[in-house]
Amino acid sequence: MTTAPAQAGWRFRQPSVIPGFGLTLGFSLAYLTLIILIPLSGLLWRSAALGWPEFWAIATDRRTINALRISFGTAFVAAAVNVVFGTLVAWVLVRYRFPGRRIVDAMVDLPFALPTAVAGIALTTLYAPNGWIGKLLMPLGIKVAYTPLGIVIALIFIGLPFVVRTVQPIMEEIDKEVEEAAATLGANRFQIITRILFPGLAPAIVTGFALAFARGVGEYGSVIFIAGNLPYKSEIAPLLIVIRLEEYNYPAATAIAAIMLALSFIMLLVVNLAQSWSRKRYG
Amino acid sequence: MADPEIKSYEPHHESQSAAVTESRPARLALMAVAFAFLGIFLLLPLIIVFNEAFAKGIGAYTEALGNPDTRSAIRLTLLVAAISVPLNIVFGISAAWAIAKFEFKGKAFLTTLIDLPFSVSPVISGLVYVLLFGAQGLLGTWLKAHGIVILFAVPGIVLATIFVTFPFVARELIPLMQEQGNGDEEAALSLGANGWQTFWYVTLPNVKWGLLYGVLLCNARAMGEFGAVSVVSGHIRGLTNTMPLHVEILYNEYNAVGAFAVASLLAGLALVTLVLKTLLEMRYGAEIAATRGH
Repeated sequence: MTTAPAQAGWRFRQPSVIPGFGLTLGFSLAYLTLIILIPLSGLLWRSAALGWPEFWAIATDRRTINALRISFGTAFVAAAVNVVFGTLVAWVLVRYRFPGRRIVDAMVDLPFALPTAVAGIALTTLYAPNGWIGKLLMPLGIKVAYTPLGIVIALIFIGLPFVVRTVQPIMEEIDKEVEEAAATLGANRFQIITRILFPGLAPAIVTGFALAFARGVGEYGSVIFIAGNLPYKSEIAPLLIVIRLEEYNYPAATAIAAIMLALSFIMLLVVNLAQSWSRKRYG
Repeated sequence: MADPEIKSYEPHHESQSAAVTESRPARLALMAVAFAFLGIFLLLPLIIVFNEAFAKGIGAYTEALGNPDTRSAIRLTLLVAAISVPLNIVFGISAAWAIAKFEFKGKAFLTTLIDLPFSVSPVISGLVYVLLFGAQGLLGTWLKAHGIVILFAVPGIVLATIFVTFPFVARELIPLMQEQGNGDEEAALSLGANGWQTFWYVTLPNVKWGLLYGVLLCNARAMGEFGAVSVVSGHIRGLTNTMPLHVEILYNEYNAVGAFAVASLLAGLALVTLVLKTLLEMRYGAEIAATRGH
């Protein structure tokens, strides 16, 4: 592994006086292969072994389709909400000075640090019909807990830091002189924000959306408590995998997992394309 | 930033600064919306955890935590973290050394692979081990013949936890060590230090705060992981129940005080993590890589 092929043009690695390349790369690759790659390829192998007719039957099962639609749909809505409010929160944190800013800034990472099961039972208790927030929404006829709306709420909680932490550093780097130049040239605040600030932030916002969306699609712990988990109505795809596993229906669990991985992969590609497009367009 | 410069050639500085920020009412309105959003979505869930945990007084709270099943869940969570976090530290340091200190083909691809567990649903992270080690799994019959139990036991829980916390240390150290370059190490080596000495006395002190930062996040996730562990644990009370799984069991039994009492410990862990993380960022911001979050 350490000895690079001796051809003049192509080298596996650049020469270096620092030792330990073989040891560290070898250990890292072995660990990565054992923990991540072999188990994941086991999943692909098992779903490939299913055969097309069986795979197709599972994939087009109405319950599977509904679960996937609910997972991707609620994750999309939650990520969209987070784009709006996450960008706003980032703006307030970057541009305004107020007492306790450091604490508010630290709080944004709470969803990263708080175990998802804790978030799940806390949100469910808040939004249940007799909960602090549920009680206020009840007279308005809005039911949150045990409906798809509850899933959205949980995914907003989970996804918020992804948007804020992606947009915030780019906002900090914005050169105020450009804004000042625009202002001296007669642009009003609205024009400056839409024509000058937003284009610079667009790639970061797209990335933040994608990260929040991807996390939301796979999220399990915070959702299952608040969702109500009614098949066809509020049952998310990861939960359906768990249910199939508990029924010892390994083929179905495997197929749904493979579909989720494939859809996430396609989404990642689309987002990468969108990013390079927005960089070209605005960059 | 470049404020003094601007002042020197801009006579109408006052009106100018008004043009590059919002009017006062707009500012206050934006801040009010942001605070309301954060209050409802972040602060209230945190408050309700402690509110429910102490809803029936301190006596009920301590009694809930004294329960033997709760005790064993706490012990298991500590044990799992004590195994999986050090393993991921060794991997993270090793991967960062190979990736940051050397130039080799396929480096970008390797870095992408390391981040892979973050883009996989926790449930799928658990599922892959069920497919491998379960009774119908690829290795299931072999394991059974040799009397090795991985699934629905501690080894399975540890493996699933390692999977989901895999990238934390590595992704913190790689950009940091890349930024620091090889100069210090090359100097140490040229002065006669061997590889291990260079690592212990030069590299490790250089990255210690970044490493601590990564370990902090890794540990928080290891102790709080729910989905992946739920799939491989089998939910055997007193045996394979971690704290987050125990929260679920108690909650589903309508034991709100018990569920929230255990949840309050996990929320306390989250708060301690956030405080330490913020302190690290404030004091050693320059020595921790620019990649934040996750």
